[in-house]
Amino acid sequence: MSETNIDAAGLAVRLRAVTKTYDSGVTALGPLDLDIAKGEFVSLLGPSGCGKSTALRLIAGLAVPSAGTVDVSHRASKADGRHPIGFVFQEPTLMPWANVHDNVRLPLKLAHVTATEADRRIDDALAQVGLAEFADAYPRELSGGMKMRVSLARALVTDPDILLLDEPFAALDEITRFRLNNDLLDLWRKLHKTVIFVTHSVFESVYLSQRVIVMTARPGRLAREFRVTTSEPRGEEFRTSAEYAAHCREVSSALTPSYSGQRSA
Amino acid sequence: MSSLHNIGRMLLPIVVLSVGLALWELVVRVNDIQPYVLPSPYVVFQTLVSDWPVLSQSLGVTLLTTLEGFIAAAVGGIALALLFNQSKWLEHSLFPYAVILQVTPVIAIAPLLLIYLPQQTAVIVCAWIVGFFPVLSNTTLGLNSVDRNLAGLFQLYGASRLQTLRYLKLPAALPFILGGLRIAGGLSLIGAVVAEIAAGSAGSGSGLAFRIAESGYRLNIPRMFAALLLLSVAGIVIYGLLALVSHLVLRRWHESALGKEN
Repeated sequence: MSETNIDAAGLAVRLRAVTKTYDSGVTALGPLDLDIAKGEFVSLLGPSGCGKSTALRLIAGLAVPSAGTVDVSHRASKADGRHPIGFVFQEPTLMPWANVHDNVRLPLKLAHVTATEADRRIDDALAQVGLAEFADAYPRELSGGMKMRVSLARALVTDPDILLLDEPFAALDEITRFRLNNDLLDLWRKLHKTVIFVTHSVFESVYLSQRVIVMTARPGRLAREFRVTTSEPRGEEFRTSAEYAAHCREVSSALTPSYSGQRSA
Repeated sequence: MSSLHNIGRMLLPIVVLSVGLALWELVVRVNDIQPYVLPSPYVVFQTLVSDWPVLSQSLGVTLLTTLEGFIAAAVGGIALALLFNQSKWLEHSLFPYAVILQVTPVIAIAPLLLIYLPQQTAVIVCAWIVGFFPVLSNTTLGLNSVDRNLAGLFQLYGASRLQTLRYLKLPAALPFILGGLRIAGGLSLIGAVVAEIAAGSAGSGSGLAFRIAESGYRLNIPRMFAALLLLSVAGIVIYGLLALVSHLVLRRWHESALGKEN
Protein backbone atom coordinates (compact mmCIF):
# COMPACT_ATOMS: atom_id res chain seq x y z
CA MET A 1 0.00 0.00 0.00
CA SER A 2 2.69 2.49 0.97
CA GLU A 3 5.99 3.01 -0.79
CA THR A 4 8.13 2.88 2.35
CA ASN A 5 7.43 2.01 5.93
CA ILE A 6 5.93 5.05 7.57
CA ASP A 7 7.75 4.46 10.87
CA ALA A 8 11.09 4.15 9.10
CA ALA A 9 10.45 7.56 7.55
CA GLY A 10 9.86 9.01 11.03
CA LEU A 11 6.32 9.93 10.14
CA ALA A 12 3.23 9.76 12.30
CA VAL A 13 0.75 10.38 9.51
CA ARG A 14 1.03 10.21 5.76
CA LEU A 15 -1.69 11.08 3.27
CA ARG A 16 -1.22 10.37 -0.43
CA ALA A 17 -3.59 11.78 -3.07
CA VAL A 18 -6.45 11.55 -0.60
CA THR A 19 -9.87 12.72 -1.75
CA LYS A 20 -13.23 12.54 -0.04
CA THR A 21 -16.42 12.80 -2.04
CA TYR A 22 -19.72 12.54 -0.22
CA ASP A 23 -22.74 10.62 -1.46
CA SER A 24 -24.30 13.92 -2.47
CA GLY A 25 -21.50 14.29 -5.03
CA VAL A 26 -19.80 17.13 -3.16
CA THR A 27 -16.04 16.77 -3.09
CA ALA A 28 -14.98 17.99 0.31
CA LEU A 29 -11.30 17.29 0.19
CA GLY A 30 -8.34 16.79 -2.05
CA PRO A 31 -6.45 15.52 -3.63
CA LEU A 32 -4.28 16.07 -0.60
CA ASP A 33 -0.72 14.97 0.20
CA LEU A 34 0.43 15.41 3.75
CA ASP A 35 3.40 14.24 5.80
CA ILE A 36 3.40 14.80 9.52
CA ALA A 37 6.53 13.91 11.45
CA LYS A 38 6.48 12.18 14.80
CA GLY A 39 6.26 14.65 17.65
CA GLU A 40 5.34 17.51 15.37
CA PHE A 41 2.69 20.14 16.20
CA VAL A 42 0.85 20.94 12.97
CA SER A 43 -2.16 23.15 12.39
CA LEU A 44 -4.59 22.74 9.53
CA LEU A 45 -5.92 26.20 8.80
CA GLY A 46 -8.64 27.11 6.36
CA PRO A 47 -12.07 28.63 5.84
CA SER A 48 -15.19 26.83 7.03
CA GLY A 49 -16.11 23.88 4.84
CA CYS A 50 -12.62 23.45 3.40
CA GLY A 51 -12.49 19.83 4.53
CA LYS A 52 -9.99 20.21 7.35
CA SER A 53 -12.26 18.40 9.77
CA THR A 54 -12.82 15.76 7.10
CA ALA A 55 -9.05 15.30 6.88
CA LEU A 56 -8.94 14.77 10.63
CA ARG A 57 -11.76 12.23 10.53
CA LEU A 58 -9.94 10.36 7.77
CA ILE A 59 -6.78 10.22 9.85
CA ALA A 60 -8.78 9.01 12.85
CA GLY A 61 -10.38 6.29 10.74
CA LEU A 62 -13.85 7.73 11.37
CA ALA A 63 -14.30 8.14 7.62
CA VAL A 64 -12.94 6.27 4.62
CA PRO A 65 -11.20 8.15 1.79
CA SER A 66 -12.87 8.00 -1.62
CA ALA A 67 -9.41 7.68 -3.19
CA GLY A 68 -5.81 7.70 -2.02
CA THR A 69 -4.16 6.23 1.04
CA VAL A 70 -4.07 7.24 4.68
CA ASP A 71 -1.23 5.75 6.74
CA VAL A 72 -1.05 6.21 10.47
CA SER A 73 1.82 5.01 12.63
CA HIS A 74 0.59 2.34 15.06
CA ARG A 75 3.21 1.94 17.70
CA ALA A 76 1.07 1.63 20.75
CA SER A 77 -0.31 -1.84 21.29
CA LYS A 78 -4.01 -1.93 21.99
CA ALA A 79 -3.69 -4.71 24.54
CA ASP A 80 -3.12 -2.53 27.60
CA GLY A 81 -5.82 -0.07 26.69
CA ARG A 82 -3.46 2.20 24.81
CA HIS A 83 -4.91 3.60 21.67
CA PRO A 84 -2.75 5.25 18.99
CA ILE A 85 -5.13 8.16 18.46
CA GLY A 86 -6.80 10.61 20.79
CA PHE A 87 -9.55 12.81 19.37
CA VAL A 88 -10.97 16.05 20.74
CA PHE A 89 -14.05 17.45 19.06
CA GLN A 90 -15.20 21.04 18.76
CA GLU A 91 -17.82 20.30 21.38
CA PRO A 92 -16.68 18.69 24.64
CA THR A 93 -18.75 15.63 23.62
CA LEU A 94 -19.06 14.31 27.15
CA MET A 95 -21.65 11.83 28.31
CA PRO A 96 -24.01 13.97 30.44
CA TRP A 97 -25.10 10.98 32.51
CA ALA A 98 -21.58 10.17 33.68
CA ASN A 99 -19.33 12.14 36.01
CA VAL A 100 -15.89 13.41 35.02
CA HIS A 101 -14.12 10.28 36.23
CA ASP A 102 -16.39 7.96 34.26
CA ASN A 103 -16.21 10.14 31.16
CA VAL A 104 -12.43 9.97 31.16
CA ARG A 105 -12.63 6.26 31.88
CA LEU A 106 -14.63 5.53 28.73
CA PRO A 107 -11.76 4.56 26.36
CA LEU A 108 -10.29 2.29 29.04
CA LYS A 109 -13.64 0.70 29.79
CA LEU A 110 -14.16 -0.04 26.10
CA ALA A 111 -10.71 -1.69 26.08
CA HIS A 112 -11.54 -3.74 29.20
CA VAL A 113 -8.77 -2.22 31.33
CA THR A 114 -8.99 -3.30 34.98
CA ALA A 115 -10.49 -0.82 37.42
CA THR A 116 -7.35 -0.28 39.51
CA GLU A 117 -5.18 0.33 36.45
CA ALA A 118 -7.87 2.58 34.97
CA ASP A 119 -8.17 4.62 38.18
CA ARG A 120 -4.43 5.29 38.23
CA ARG A 121 -4.44 6.49 34.63
CA ILE A 122 -7.59 8.56 35.05
CA ASP A 123 -6.02 10.32 38.04
CA ASP A 124 -2.91 11.02 35.95
CA ALA A 125 -4.90 12.33 33.01
CA LEU A 126 -7.07 14.56 35.21
CA ALA A 127 -4.00 15.89 37.00
CA GLN A 128 -2.43 16.72 33.64
CA VAL A 129 -5.34 18.97 32.72
CA GLY A 130 -5.65 20.38 36.25
CA LEU A 131 -8.99 18.81 37.11
CA ALA A 132 -7.92 16.36 39.83
CA GLU A 133 -10.50 17.70 42.30
CA PHE A 134 -13.41 17.52 39.86
CA ALA A 135 -13.51 13.75 39.31
CA ASP A 136 -16.96 13.45 40.87
CA ALA A 137 -18.53 16.46 39.15
CA TYR A 138 -21.05 16.06 36.36
CA PRO A 139 -20.47 17.79 33.03
CA ARG A 140 -23.34 20.24 33.57
CA GLU A 141 -21.64 21.50 36.72
CA LEU A 142 -18.52 22.52 34.79
CA SER A 143 -17.70 25.62 32.75
CA GLY A 144 -17.07 25.38 29.00
CA GLY A 145 -13.31 25.48 29.50
CA MET A 146 -13.39 22.76 32.14
CA LYS A 147 -15.53 20.52 29.94
CA MET A 148 -12.94 20.93 27.20
CA ARG A 149 -10.24 19.91 29.67
CA VAL A 150 -12.19 16.77 30.52
CA SER A 151 -12.42 16.04 26.81
CA LEU A 152 -8.65 16.50 26.56
CA ALA A 153 -8.06 14.23 29.57
CA ARG A 154 -10.21 11.56 27.93
CA ALA A 155 -8.08 11.80 24.78
CA LEU A 156 -4.87 11.55 26.85
CA VAL A 157 -5.94 8.68 29.08
CA THR A 158 -5.07 6.04 26.47
CA ASP A 159 -1.58 7.57 26.14
CA PRO A 160 -1.98 8.05 22.38
CA ASP A 161 0.91 8.82 20.01
CA ILE A 162 -1.22 11.17 17.97
CA LEU A 163 -3.60 13.79 19.28
CA LEU A 164 -6.21 15.07 16.82
CA LEU A 165 -7.96 18.28 17.82
CA ASP A 166 -10.88 19.57 15.77
CA GLU A 167 -11.32 23.28 16.57
CA PRO A 168 -11.38 22.36 20.25
CA PHE A 169 -11.37 25.89 21.63
CA ALA A 170 -13.51 27.62 19.00
CA ALA A 171 -16.55 27.95 21.24
CA LEU A 172 -14.66 29.33 24.26
CA ASP A 173 -14.12 32.91 25.31
CA GLU A 174 -10.74 34.43 24.53
CA ILE A 175 -9.35 34.38 28.05
CA THR A 176 -10.13 30.69 28.49
CA ARG A 177 -8.86 29.95 24.99
CA PHE A 178 -5.49 31.60 25.67
CA ARG A 179 -5.11 29.66 28.89
CA LEU A 180 -5.97 26.38 27.22
CA ASN A 181 -3.56 27.21 24.37
CA ASN A 182 -0.75 27.54 26.90
CA ASP A 183 -1.77 24.37 28.71
CA LEU A 184 -1.86 22.46 25.44
CA LEU A 185 1.64 23.67 24.57
CA ASP A 186 2.87 22.58 28.01
CA LEU A 187 1.34 19.15 27.53
CA TRP A 188 2.86 18.81 24.09
CA ARG A 189 6.33 19.70 25.37
CA LYS A 190 5.99 17.30 28.26
CA LEU A 191 4.37 14.34 26.53
CA HIS A 192 6.05 14.51 23.08
CA LYS A 193 2.90 13.64 21.19
CA THR A 194 2.18 14.34 17.57
CA VAL A 195 -0.53 16.99 17.51
CA ILE A 196 -2.72 17.83 14.53
CA PHE A 197 -4.78 20.88 15.33
CA VAL A 198 -7.63 22.04 13.11
CA THR A 199 -8.59 25.68 13.45
CA HIS A 200 -9.89 28.63 11.49
CA SER A 201 -7.99 31.09 13.63
CA VAL A 202 -4.75 32.39 12.10
CA PHE A 203 -3.60 33.63 15.50
CA GLU A 204 -4.21 30.34 17.25
CA SER A 205 -2.44 28.32 14.54
CA VAL A 206 0.65 30.53 14.56
CA TYR A 207 0.81 30.65 18.33
CA LEU A 208 0.62 26.89 18.77
CA SER A 209 2.22 25.11 15.87
CA GLN A 210 5.60 24.41 14.39
CA ARG A 211 4.01 24.18 11.00
CA VAL A 212 0.84 25.83 9.68
CA ILE A 213 -0.81 24.21 6.68
CA VAL A 214 -3.15 26.58 4.90
CA MET A 215 -5.89 24.88 2.92
CA THR A 216 -7.94 26.17 0.01
CA ALA A 217 -11.71 26.49 0.01
CA ARG A 218 -13.73 23.42 -0.98
CA PRO A 219 -12.47 21.04 -2.13
CA GLY A 220 -9.68 21.45 0.42
CA ARG A 221 -6.17 21.25 -0.96
CA LEU A 222 -2.85 22.37 0.34
CA ALA A 223 -2.52 26.08 -0.46
CA ARG A 224 0.70 26.94 1.36
CA GLU A 225 2.57 25.91 4.41
CA PHE A 226 4.60 27.91 6.88
CA ARG A 227 7.16 26.96 9.46
CA VAL A 228 6.88 28.96 12.63
CA THR A 229 10.35 28.94 14.09
CA THR A 230 10.85 30.82 17.29
CA SER A 231 12.63 30.36 20.56
CA GLU A 232 10.89 27.74 22.68
CA PRO A 233 9.14 27.56 25.02
CA ARG A 234 6.52 29.96 23.75
CA GLY A 235 4.55 31.98 26.22
CA GLU A 236 2.51 35.11 26.55
CA GLU A 237 5.50 37.26 25.44
CA PHE A 238 5.43 35.49 22.09
CA ARG A 239 1.76 36.37 21.66
CA THR A 240 2.54 40.06 21.82
CA SER A 241 5.85 40.00 19.93
CA ALA A 242 6.51 41.61 16.54
CA GLU A 243 7.75 38.24 15.32
CA TYR A 244 4.36 36.69 16.08
CA ALA A 245 2.55 39.54 14.33
CA ALA A 246 4.75 39.11 11.24
CA HIS A 247 3.98 35.39 11.08
CA CYS A 248 0.28 36.08 11.45
CA ARG A 249 0.35 38.66 8.66
CA GLU A 250 2.10 36.21 6.36
CA VAL A 251 -0.32 33.38 7.07
CA SER A 252 -3.32 35.68 6.73
CA SER A 253 -2.20 36.79 3.28
CA ALA A 254 -2.07 33.15 2.19
CA LEU A 255 -5.67 32.76 3.32
CA THR A 256 -6.95 35.79 1.40
CA PRO A 257 -7.41 34.09 -2.02
CA SER A 258 -9.75 31.61 -0.50
CA TYR A 259 -11.89 34.42 0.91
CA SER A 260 -12.18 36.39 -2.32
CA GLY A 261 -11.96 33.47 -4.73
CA GLN A 262 -15.17 31.77 -3.75
CA ARG A 263 -18.28 33.51 -2.57
CA SER A 264 -19.71 30.40 -1.03
CA ALA A 265 -16.74 30.08 1.28
CA MET B 1 -41.71 35.38 47.04
CA SER B 2 -41.07 32.13 45.23
CA SER B 3 -42.08 29.95 48.19
CA LEU B 4 -45.30 31.97 48.45
CA HIS B 5 -45.78 31.38 44.75
CA ASN B 6 -45.25 27.64 45.23
CA ILE B 7 -47.74 27.45 48.10
CA GLY B 8 -50.24 29.28 45.93
CA ARG B 9 -49.71 26.80 43.13
CA MET B 10 -50.39 23.89 45.46
CA LEU B 11 -53.29 25.57 47.20
CA LEU B 12 -55.26 26.83 44.21
CA PRO B 13 -56.34 23.43 42.80
CA ILE B 14 -57.39 22.39 46.32
CA VAL B 15 -59.46 25.55 46.71
CA VAL B 16 -61.10 24.91 43.32
CA LEU B 17 -61.87 21.32 44.35
CA SER B 18 -63.39 22.38 47.68
CA VAL B 19 -65.53 25.06 46.06
CA GLY B 20 -66.66 22.62 43.37
CA LEU B 21 -67.59 19.94 45.92
CA ALA B 22 -69.40 22.46 48.10
CA LEU B 23 -71.43 23.73 45.13
CA TRP B 24 -72.25 20.16 44.07
CA GLU B 25 -73.39 19.29 47.63
CA LEU B 26 -75.45 22.50 47.77
CA VAL B 27 -77.15 21.93 44.42
CA VAL B 28 -78.09 18.36 45.37
CA ARG B 29 -79.46 19.38 48.80
CA VAL B 30 -81.32 22.52 47.73
CA ASN B 31 -83.03 20.78 44.80
CA ASP B 32 -83.48 17.56 46.79
CA ILE B 33 -82.03 15.44 43.95
CA GLN B 34 -82.27 11.70 44.55
CA PRO B 35 -79.00 9.69 44.81
CA TYR B 36 -80.00 7.48 41.82
CA VAL B 37 -80.06 10.65 39.70
CA LEU B 38 -77.09 12.50 41.14
CA PRO B 39 -75.52 11.50 44.47
CA SER B 40 -74.00 14.25 46.58
CA PRO B 41 -70.24 14.12 47.31
CA TYR B 42 -71.03 13.11 50.88
CA VAL B 43 -73.12 10.13 49.73
CA VAL B 44 -70.34 9.11 47.32
CA PHE B 45 -67.86 9.22 50.19
CA GLN B 46 -70.25 7.23 52.40
CA THR B 47 -70.60 4.60 49.66
CA LEU B 48 -66.84 4.46 49.28
CA VAL B 49 -66.51 3.62 52.97
CA SER B 50 -69.45 1.22 53.21
CA ASP B 51 -68.64 -0.61 49.93
CA TRP B 52 -64.90 -0.61 50.60
CA PRO B 53 -64.61 -4.43 50.87
CA VAL B 54 -66.06 -4.87 47.37
CA LEU B 55 -64.43 -1.85 45.84
CA SER B 56 -60.95 -2.47 47.28
CA GLN B 57 -60.98 -6.00 45.92
CA SER B 58 -61.96 -4.70 42.48
CA LEU B 59 -59.30 -2.00 42.74
CA GLY B 60 -56.73 -4.71 43.41
CA VAL B 61 -57.86 -6.65 40.34
CA THR B 62 -57.71 -3.59 38.08
CA LEU B 63 -54.34 -2.48 39.43
CA LEU B 64 -52.89 -5.95 38.93
CA THR B 65 -54.13 -6.02 35.33
CA THR B 66 -52.72 -2.53 34.77
CA LEU B 67 -49.38 -3.51 36.26
CA GLU B 68 -49.15 -6.65 34.13
CA GLY B 69 -50.13 -4.72 31.02
CA PHE B 70 -47.66 -1.97 31.87
CA ILE B 71 -44.78 -4.38 32.42
CA ALA B 72 -45.64 -6.15 29.16
CA ALA B 73 -45.79 -2.77 27.40
CA ALA B 74 -42.49 -1.61 28.91
CA VAL B 75 -40.60 -4.83 28.18
CA GLY B 76 -42.23 -5.29 24.77
CA GLY B 77 -41.79 -1.66 23.71
CA ILE B 78 -38.17 -1.39 24.76
CA ALA B 79 -37.26 -4.83 23.38
CA LEU B 80 -38.91 -4.10 20.05
CA ALA B 81 -37.18 -0.71 19.83
CA LEU B 82 -33.81 -2.36 20.51
CA LEU B 83 -34.50 -4.94 17.80
CA PHE B 84 -35.52 -2.21 15.35
CA ASN B 85 -32.37 -0.29 16.21
CA GLN B 86 -30.16 -3.28 15.44
CA SER B 87 -31.89 -4.13 12.18
CA LYS B 88 -33.40 -1.54 9.83
CA TRP B 89 -34.77 -4.44 7.82
CA LEU B 90 -36.80 -5.61 10.77
CA GLU B 91 -37.95 -2.09 11.54
CA HIS B 92 -39.22 -1.51 8.01
CA SER B 93 -41.10 -4.82 8.06
CA LEU B 94 -42.77 -4.45 11.43
CA PHE B 95 -43.14 -0.78 12.28
CA PRO B 96 -46.23 -0.20 10.09
CA TYR B 97 -48.04 -2.92 12.02
CA ALA B 98 -47.14 -1.32 15.32
CA VAL B 99 -48.72 1.87 14.01
CA ILE B 100 -51.84 0.04 12.82
CA LEU B 101 -52.19 -1.58 16.24
CA GLN B 102 -51.87 1.84 17.81
CA VAL B 103 -54.37 3.72 15.64
CA THR B 104 -57.09 1.04 15.76
CA PRO B 105 -59.28 1.93 18.76
CA VAL B 106 -58.68 -0.63 21.48
CA ILE B 107 -62.35 -0.69 22.42
CA ALA B 108 -63.02 -2.16 18.98
CA ILE B 109 -60.30 -4.78 19.32
CA ALA B 110 -61.22 -5.88 22.86
CA PRO B 111 -64.34 -7.95 21.96
CA LEU B 112 -62.32 -9.86 19.35
CA LEU B 113 -59.53 -10.57 21.79
CA LEU B 114 -62.10 -11.85 24.28
CA ILE B 115 -63.26 -14.37 21.73
CA TYR B 116 -59.84 -15.79 20.97
CA LEU B 117 -58.03 -15.47 24.30
CA PRO B 118 -58.80 -16.51 27.89
CA GLN B 119 -60.39 -13.53 29.57
CA GLN B 120 -57.55 -12.60 31.92
CA THR B 121 -55.03 -12.81 29.08
CA ALA B 122 -57.25 -10.74 26.80
CA VAL B 123 -57.49 -7.98 29.40
CA ILE B 124 -53.71 -7.85 29.80
CA VAL B 125 -53.21 -7.87 26.04
CA CYS B 126 -55.54 -4.86 25.79
CA ALA B 127 -53.54 -2.98 28.41
CA TRP B 128 -50.38 -3.94 26.51
CA ILE B 129 -51.69 -2.82 23.11
CA VAL B 130 -52.43 0.73 24.24
CA GLY B 131 -49.32 1.00 26.41
CA PHE B 132 -46.54 -0.39 24.25
CA PHE B 133 -46.59 2.07 21.37
CA PRO B 134 -45.48 5.19 23.28
CA VAL B 135 -42.67 3.13 24.80
CA LEU B 136 -41.67 1.81 21.38
CA SER B 137 -41.73 5.15 19.59
CA ASN B 138 -40.06 7.07 22.43
CA THR B 139 -37.32 4.48 22.85
CA THR B 140 -36.73 4.45 19.09
CA LEU B 141 -36.47 8.23 19.12
CA GLY B 142 -34.07 8.10 22.06
CA LEU B 143 -31.84 5.45 20.51
CA ASN B 144 -31.64 7.56 17.36
CA SER B 145 -30.80 10.81 19.12
CA VAL B 146 -27.33 9.82 20.20
CA ASP B 147 -24.75 12.59 19.86
CA ARG B 148 -22.99 12.02 16.52
CA ASN B 149 -19.56 12.86 17.89
CA LEU B 150 -20.00 10.57 20.88
CA ALA B 151 -20.91 7.79 18.46
CA GLY B 152 -17.74 8.65 16.53
CA LEU B 153 -15.72 8.40 19.72
CA PHE B 154 -17.10 4.92 20.41
CA GLN B 155 -16.20 3.96 16.85
CA LEU B 156 -12.69 5.38 17.25
CA TYR B 157 -12.06 3.30 20.36
CA GLY B 158 -13.37 0.18 18.64
CA ALA B 159 -16.45 -0.31 20.81
CA SER B 160 -18.47 -3.44 20.09
CA ARG B 161 -22.16 -3.21 19.23
CA LEU B 162 -23.08 -4.36 22.70
CA GLN B 163 -20.77 -1.80 24.33
CA THR B 164 -22.20 0.98 22.19
CA LEU B 165 -25.70 -0.10 23.14
CA ARG B 166 -24.98 -0.42 26.84
CA TYR B 167 -22.73 2.56 27.45
CA LEU B 168 -24.01 5.00 24.84
CA LYS B 169 -27.39 4.32 23.29
CA LEU B 170 -29.32 3.14 26.34
CA PRO B 171 -28.17 5.92 28.68
CA ALA B 172 -28.81 8.50 25.94
CA ALA B 173 -32.28 7.06 25.38
CA LEU B 174 -33.13 6.84 29.08
CA PRO B 175 -34.94 10.20 29.35
CA PHE B 176 -37.03 9.29 26.30
CA ILE B 177 -37.75 5.80 27.63
CA LEU B 178 -38.90 7.23 30.96
CA GLY B 179 -41.13 9.71 29.12
CA GLY B 180 -42.66 6.81 27.19
CA LEU B 181 -43.19 4.82 30.38
CA ARG B 182 -44.95 7.75 31.99
CA ILE B 183 -47.47 7.83 29.13
CA ALA B 184 -47.73 4.04 29.09
CA GLY B 185 -48.63 3.93 32.80
CA GLY B 186 -51.81 5.94 32.29
CA LEU B 187 -52.63 4.18 29.04
CA SER B 188 -52.29 0.73 30.61
CA LEU B 189 -54.98 1.70 33.09
CA ILE B 190 -57.20 2.86 30.23
CA GLY B 191 -56.53 -0.39 28.35
CA ALA B 192 -57.39 -2.44 31.43
CA VAL B 193 -60.62 -0.49 31.98
CA VAL B 194 -61.70 -0.81 28.36
CA ALA B 195 -61.07 -4.54 28.36
CA GLU B 196 -62.87 -5.00 31.68
CA ILE B 197 -65.93 -3.19 30.38
CA ALA B 198 -65.88 -5.30 27.21
CA ALA B 199 -65.41 -8.46 29.27
CA GLY B 200 -67.96 -7.36 31.87
CA SER B 201 -70.65 -7.02 29.26
CA ALA B 202 -69.97 -10.66 28.46
CA GLY B 203 -71.03 -11.46 31.99
CA SER B 204 -67.94 -11.91 34.11
CA GLY B 205 -65.04 -10.04 35.70
CA SER B 206 -64.61 -8.16 38.93
CA GLY B 207 -62.37 -5.14 38.23
CA LEU B 208 -63.34 -1.54 39.00
CA ALA B 209 -64.57 -0.90 35.47
CA PHE B 210 -66.80 -3.94 35.76
CA ARG B 211 -68.15 -2.53 39.04
CA ILE B 212 -69.00 0.71 37.25
CA ALA B 213 -70.84 -1.13 34.48
CA GLU B 214 -72.57 -3.42 36.94
CA SER B 215 -73.60 -0.54 39.23
CA GLY B 216 -74.96 1.23 36.18
CA TYR B 217 -77.29 -1.65 35.39
CA ARG B 218 -78.46 -1.64 39.01
CA LEU B 219 -78.88 2.13 39.11
CA ASN B 220 -76.42 2.18 42.02
CA ILE B 221 -75.16 5.59 40.94
CA PRO B 222 -73.24 6.43 44.18
CA ARG B 223 -71.15 3.29 43.75
CA MET B 224 -70.45 4.25 40.11
CA PHE B 225 -69.07 7.56 41.33
CA ALA B 226 -67.08 5.87 44.10
CA ALA B 227 -65.50 3.41 41.66
CA LEU B 228 -64.79 6.22 39.21
CA LEU B 229 -63.12 8.19 41.99
CA LEU B 230 -60.90 5.21 42.79
CA LEU B 231 -59.94 4.86 39.12
CA SER B 232 -58.97 8.54 38.96
CA VAL B 233 -56.90 8.27 42.11
CA ALA B 234 -55.23 5.13 40.76
CA GLY B 235 -54.34 6.99 37.55
CA ILE B 236 -52.94 9.94 39.48
CA VAL B 237 -50.88 7.67 41.74
CA ILE B 238 -49.49 5.72 38.76
CA TYR B 239 -48.51 8.95 37.02
CA GLY B 240 -47.01 10.37 40.21
CA LEU B 241 -44.97 7.24 40.88
CA LEU B 242 -43.57 7.14 37.35
CA ALA B 243 -42.79 10.85 37.42
CA LEU B 244 -40.98 10.33 40.74
CA VAL B 245 -38.95 7.43 39.36
CA SER B 246 -38.07 9.51 36.30
CA HIS B 247 -36.99 12.41 38.50
CA LEU B 248 -34.88 10.22 40.78
CA VAL B 249 -33.11 8.54 37.87
CA LEU B 250 -32.40 11.74 35.92
CA ARG B 251 -31.87 14.31 38.65
CA ARG B 252 -28.07 14.26 38.49
CA TRP B 253 -27.73 15.05 34.82
CA HIS B 254 -30.78 15.65 32.69
CA GLU B 255 -32.12 19.12 31.92
CA SER B 256 -35.72 18.08 32.59
CA ALA B 257 -34.93 17.18 36.21
CA LEU B 258 -32.89 20.29 37.04
CA GLY B 259 -34.20 23.34 38.82
CA LYS B 260 -34.29 26.68 37.05
CA GLU B 261 -31.42 28.03 39.16
CA ASN B 262 -28.95 25.58 37.65
